Amino acid sequence: MSTYLQSLAGGMLIGASAAILLLLNGRIAGVSGIVGRLAQGIGLTTNLAFVLGLLLGPLAYLLAFGGWPTVEVTATWPLIIVAGLLVGFGSRMGSGCTSGHGVLGLARLSPRSIVAVATFLSAGVLAVTIVRDFGL
Amino acid sequence: MNRSIYQFAAALLSGIVFGFGLSLSGMLNPVRVQGFLDVFGYWDPSLAFVLGGAVIVAFFSVQVMKRMRHPAFDDSFHIPTNRKIDSLLVIGSALFGLGWGIGGFCPGPAVASLSLGIPQTVLFVVAMLVGMTLYDRVWSRRT
Repeated sequence: MSTYLQSLAGGMLIGASAAILLLLNGRIAGVSGIVGRLAQGIGLTTNLAFVLGLLLGPLAYLLAFGGWPTVEVTATWPLIIVAGLLVGFGSRMGSGCTSGHGVLGLARLSPRSIVAVATFLSAGVLAVTIVRDFGL
Repeated sequence: MNRSIYQFAAALLSGIVFGFGLSLSGMLNPVRVQGFLDVFGYWDPSLAFVLGGAVIVAFFSVQVMKRMRHPAFDDSFHIPTNRKIDSLLVIGSALFGLGWGIGGFCPGPAVASLSLGIPQTVLFVVAMLVGMTLYDRVWSRRT
């Protein structure tokens, strides 16, 4: 399977996951929201179930394809800490990340999410360009 | 059977499909995500296929939702009602985007890849939880 087809199929599964949570539980499958609420002790059981499932996903992939998905981290340790803090703080401040705003927000044609996606994509391009140009 | 058991099962299934989809899509890999954001370098368009596929399927589910009075296992839908485009949305998304580009991780892939036991992703998730807690428990409650 070509890599783009594989990406498309994976994306459609992510959409299906969002559909399951929306139509069965009436909830938005936004990972920053789910993890953030879990960290505050809100909606413990369902949020915990989703996170548990998220952890089992790569394991299901291992069982299906006989190998782990590839994960290559190139950022240095200090940059990983900075990135984690920014992602955590920013996604809670902006009420969402790539799943909540990116997948469901765009699917709902939400103006807030369209602004959020345009903003984080631009900031992401800026960050990658700066990191590359400074050889960090 | 208790309804909360159904809700638990639905959330678990949703999480598994999400984690499997992320693994299949290649987006568990920060290098691929950064490749998509590297529009001025060696651009990897894969993430556009992932997001496109996800949004198309999610779009259909939203159309189905509009024809339902309530979700299968709850009395009402819990959909954001805030319509205001404010500075919190823009500044928050900008900070998130910077972190996303620097590390190549957003919350979904970061949590899912914990299963692989890579020390860097553990550190990222710990830092992310600190960031979330700083916002939810300190910044948003300041007077």
